[in-house]
Amino acid sequence: MNAHKKALAADRAMTAVFYGVAGFFLLLLAAFTLYVLARGTAEFEPSLFAFNDNGIGNQFFNTVYLVFLSLLISVPIGVAAGVYMAEYARKGRVTEFIRTCIETLSSLPSIVVGLFGSLVLVEMAHFKWNLLAGALAVSILSLPLITTTAEDAMRALPARWKEGSFALGATHRQTITKVLLPACVPRIITGVILAAGRGFGEAAALLYTAGMSTDINWHSWNLASPTCPLNPIRPGETLALHIWASRTEAVAPNAAQIADLSSAVLIVMVLLFSIGARFLARRASRRFGKC
Amino acid sequence: MAKKDSVYRGLVTACGLFIILLTLAIGIFLIIRGTNTFTVYRHHVAEFLFSPIWNPKDDFAGGGQVGAAVFIMGSICVCFLALLISAPFSLAAAVFMSVISPKVSEKIFRPSVEILVGIPSVVYGWVGATVLVPFLERLFHLPFGYSVLAGGIVLAVMIFPTIASVSADAIAGVPYGYQEAAYGLGSTRWQVIRRVLLPAAKPGILTGIILGLSRAFGEALAVAMVIGKTKAFPSSIFSPASSLTTAIASDMGGATEGGEYSAGLWSMALLLLLISYLFIFLTRRISLKGGRNHERS
Repeated sequence: MNAHKKALAADRAMTAVFYGVAGFFLLLLAAFTLYVLARGTAEFEPSLFAFNDNGIGNQFFNTVYLVFLSLLISVPIGVAAGVYMAEYARKGRVTEFIRTCIETLSSLPSIVVGLFGSLVLVEMAHFKWNLLAGALAVSILSLPLITTTAEDAMRALPARWKEGSFALGATHRQTITKVLLPACVPRIITGVILAAGRGFGEAAALLYTAGMSTDINWHSWNLASPTCPLNPIRPGETLALHIWASRTEAVAPNAAQIADLSSAVLIVMVLLFSIGARFLARRASRRFGKC
Repeated sequence: MAKKDSVYRGLVTACGLFIILLTLAIGIFLIIRGTNTFTVYRHHVAEFLFSPIWNPKDDFAGGGQVGAAVFIMGSICVCFLALLISAPFSLAAAVFMSVISPKVSEKIFRPSVEILVGIPSVVYGWVGATVLVPFLERLFHLPFGYSVLAGGIVLAVMIFPTIASVSADAIAGVPYGYQEAAYGLGSTRWQVIRRVLLPAAKPGILTGIILGLSRAFGEALAVAMVIGKTKAFPSSIFSPASSLTTAIASDMGGATEGGEYSAGLWSMALLLLLISYLFIFLTRRISLKGGRNHERS
């Protein structure tokens, strides 16, 4: 066989390998998701969704509430920081340093953030493990993502929008709040959805902040009561933590079943969130295509 | 009007500076807590890094042994095993995405990779513990399937999307003229990939690998659910072990706050922070170098 034929054969073989790997990966992902969904639904009983110790209703509520609280904190700060980076920050040491800080925050192991949270928000604040501390820990994790999304969205806007606004006599603040930020909303929401999705699955950062127990009395609506659902200063185990707990503590007899269901619910949430983010991102880009 | 503007500017700037404050606060608290082992309980840094005896006292008197070498070794073994498994697959997937079939990939492959990123780590851990571990037990006739290998496989799946997407971007970023020139010389596609695209994209691929490794080092719960949590050096990839993150995740809750045990765990957290700084430093070095190379060409 001459060199030319050899090269062609190698090319064909490697192309097959690449297709093989890609196919294998898609198959793996499909098998993984379907398996988790199938196991979650196989032994499904409506009672598993109950809002008591036997179901995951309370954990589900805690998860949603915690992610909501964390976004309430991280979205305003993150968007404002993004605006600062895109519009006000001058090139220099401070801006460079903020960039390094964002990079550091985004690469911090979540368990380290959890430890920091447990020290500052639980121990030093003299509280027991509580939802609010968990929400703050998660917002530390999502802050870099939201900041960079907001900054990138602002920078991607056509310069003539800003120029047009200035030409009409608007101040910088008016330009940002009335022209630039509204135009960024779809892209920022995409980032927020991604951050929320990550918050849903976060567990390591919550281990020592939100705590691994939950006790909700659905008839108590006094915010100060430790069992009121909306009281953020109460222990609030989330779905992801529940899976971890059922592995390590396994008190309930149907722990495995509950962990299966929780996994399935989390996967469904992840799929919904990522489809939602994709849909919004496409709509945003179409809107920009028009103008 | 002008006053409102400066208030607004001040607020926004404060949020930007808040990020600095937060990062510094995390660093400072970790340093304060993490160095207690060496200042309050008078252990040598070398003991912490190299001694295999982990037997700290869970009180304020101290006097135990705080050797974290077992956990450090565990972390290194699991992460590099994960990299060894994941890197070839990720690279192949990256080539597929950027060269072989960019159109199909944009529609199917990339969204799938994004979903893989979004799946919570505990779900990986749970499936690993209920499917992978029994499977390994049967396949290799092990007494326990909980092992470094199980941890490595779970982590390999978790870091695959990071390495694949960063490498794909790097390969796609190689100037198109390189490819055209190579094809013009009569190269096959594989020759173009191997001799031109991969070498040219090397800095980006290395960055992807480091980012993946950094994710692997920081992952706690998924590993903890499958690694077996034995406090001993792993004798082979089939033996159970412990890593820095799994030790913190499982023992911090029971340790007395401020005691020697918790000080040791905080030192491990500080070590994790230093490792993630090292990775950031490395990626910066690579991107600086890569930038210089492109200027030359």
